Amino acid sequence: MASKPRRRRRLASVLLLLAGGLVLAFFLASAFGAVTISLPDICKMLLNKLAFFDFPDTWRVAEETILFQIRMPRVVGGALVGAALATAGVLFQGLLRNPMADPYIIGTSSGAALGATIAMVLPINMAFLGFGLVPLAAFAGALAAVFIVYNLARVGGKTPIVSMLLAGFVVSALLAAIISFMMAISDRLDLNIRSVYSFLMGHISVVGWSQIAVIAPLVIGGIIIARAFAHHLNAFSLGEEGAAYLGIEVERDKVLILAVGSLLTAAAVSIGGLIGFVGLVMPHAVRLILGPDHRLLLPASALAGAVFVVMADLLARVVLAPTEIPVGIITAVIGAPFFLYLLRRNRKEYAF
Amino acid sequence: MLDLRLRQVSFSYSDGQVLHDIDLSVGAGEMVGLLGPNGSGKTTLLKLASGILKPGQGEIRLDGADLRLISRKSVARSVAVMPQQFHMPFAFNVGEMVMLGRTPFIRTLAGETDVDREVVNTALEMAGIIELKERRFDELSGGERQKVILAMTLAQQPGLLLLDEPTMHLDITHQVEILERVRSLNREQGITVIAAMHDLNLASLYFDRLVLLKEGRIVADGTPAEVITESMLYKVFAAPVRVEPHPVTGDPHVVIMPEGSANSRRDSPTS
Repeated sequence: MASKPRRRRRLASVLLLLAGGLVLAFFLASAFGAVTISLPDICKMLLNKLAFFDFPDTWRVAEETILFQIRMPRVVGGALVGAALATAGVLFQGLLRNPMADPYIIGTSSGAALGATIAMVLPINMAFLGFGLVPLAAFAGALAAVFIVYNLARVGGKTPIVSMLLAGFVVSALLAAIISFMMAISDRLDLNIRSVYSFLMGHISVVGWSQIAVIAPLVIGGIIIARAFAHHLNAFSLGEEGAAYLGIEVERDKVLILAVGSLLTAAAVSIGGLIGFVGLVMPHAVRLILGPDHRLLLPASALAGAVFVVMADLLARVVLAPTEIPVGIITAVIGAPFFLYLLRRNRKEYAF
Repeated sequence: MLDLRLRQVSFSYSDGQVLHDIDLSVGAGEMVGLLGPNGSGKTTLLKLASGILKPGQGEIRLDGADLRLISRKSVARSVAVMPQQFHMPFAFNVGEMVMLGRTPFIRTLAGETDVDREVVNTALEMAGIIELKERRFDELSGGERQKVILAMTLAQQPGLLLLDEPTMHLDITHQVEILERVRSLNREQGITVIAAMHDLNLASLYFDRLVLLKEGRIVADGTPAEVITESMLYKVFAAPVRVEPHPVTGDPHVVIMPEGSANSRRDSPTS
């Protein structure tokens, strides 16, 4: 019993720390870029948005436009992408009981990539809810891939985890081959390989608040539903049979967790492309600090993922400014060594 | 305390029938051991009793109610299952593992209550592992892990406890300890127990009633003295054994006869 308040305090302090980190990351990422905006100016501009304040403009109008119309939507977008990927990572690792699982493991990434690539080829110029064809197709492709994988793996009213992993692997390989083929004949298709490449490596492409207005409810709603099922995920870590003995409707919950995880992933890739390592590394890092209880793991991972992607996107913008490098390169360069470090430090964790 | 009745239950997996016309009534507070060779249907019978498999034919009633009509969650509130083995891929500690037994009682957003925490502590005490509470489950020995799983099932406060080979892979100290604890739960808390057992001698010592299965059919059902006989065991296991009274308890005790030694007949000369 003594451990309860101690753990509560620890959890509260970790969550506070992460939330503070997110606020800090938000200001840093808003301040730096092609044009540097001073932090006091950012604060004043934000406060001026509230009715009670009216600081004199010590900044240029362009700065205000950059801050509110370009940088902030992108920072918020990055935070949403990171939170969504990390949450989806927790969901898939918990459901599949596989530490190597990430949000892309059951075909979402290749489905999204193929969708995006096809959209780049199509001579259609459309927009829906502020989204162009590429993000819409990426979103739809991710969900379609999961749908196909799930149904391929389904036998006699059940969807065994192993079949799903295998089906995911095979479908991913097939879709990747189609993308490669399209890239190989890019001349004939009039396909811009750089755009495909940019999508595959991850690039936060938020062009305004209208996209945030769609993505934010999806991501936040998904995280809330995920959190509501956290104790079911705990039961799932005993395996499907063990979960059933604890009163879990296994197949129903599996569909629900898959659907929420896939929606979160689809939302993330539609505006961020295939940013790697966030969904894999963040859950592991948080698990090492807070333990495997999904009720703590989910909110903490979401926050950690948000901080990670916001900071990585900041680096992507400033490291070689004015050239932007794909954010996926930053997450991999930081995430891969960090993951190796975690594995080595905690080898026992995944021993069989 | 719960009773369980199987009437005319048959079950087949896609590759063949496993259970045929099982009629079995287990009264509230009984402690029943299921015996039989590998593949005779013991595990399948337990899975049917727990409701995670549905009978192809026949019906199963838990305290009079048709098991098919009870939700998973309600079943889990009164029936707990200790499977042969769990693989736990995450680093839960023992207290958290046992808290998983509270899953069917925890409401989605409310989280665990003081009642749940109290039940977990009681379960840890009943399983004799309160001192392991903060230890990591995946760092424990096989015997300790089995006690954690027992505690987890007790946290469900079950009326019926189903155990699948609870002593498998354990040393004799832990075999005896687990069965002693299960028996006292049965006697003191009135928990109905059905356990699949491999070890005939342990089954004979700890269970009041034994049910012997062969190829998916019940071939004997009665006290250890009625079920564990040389002729019955030869019929079911086709292995020559001798059955003698346990030197202290008098329960039937199976002595295995290696090939080449004197045969299993009681009247045959021994060296």
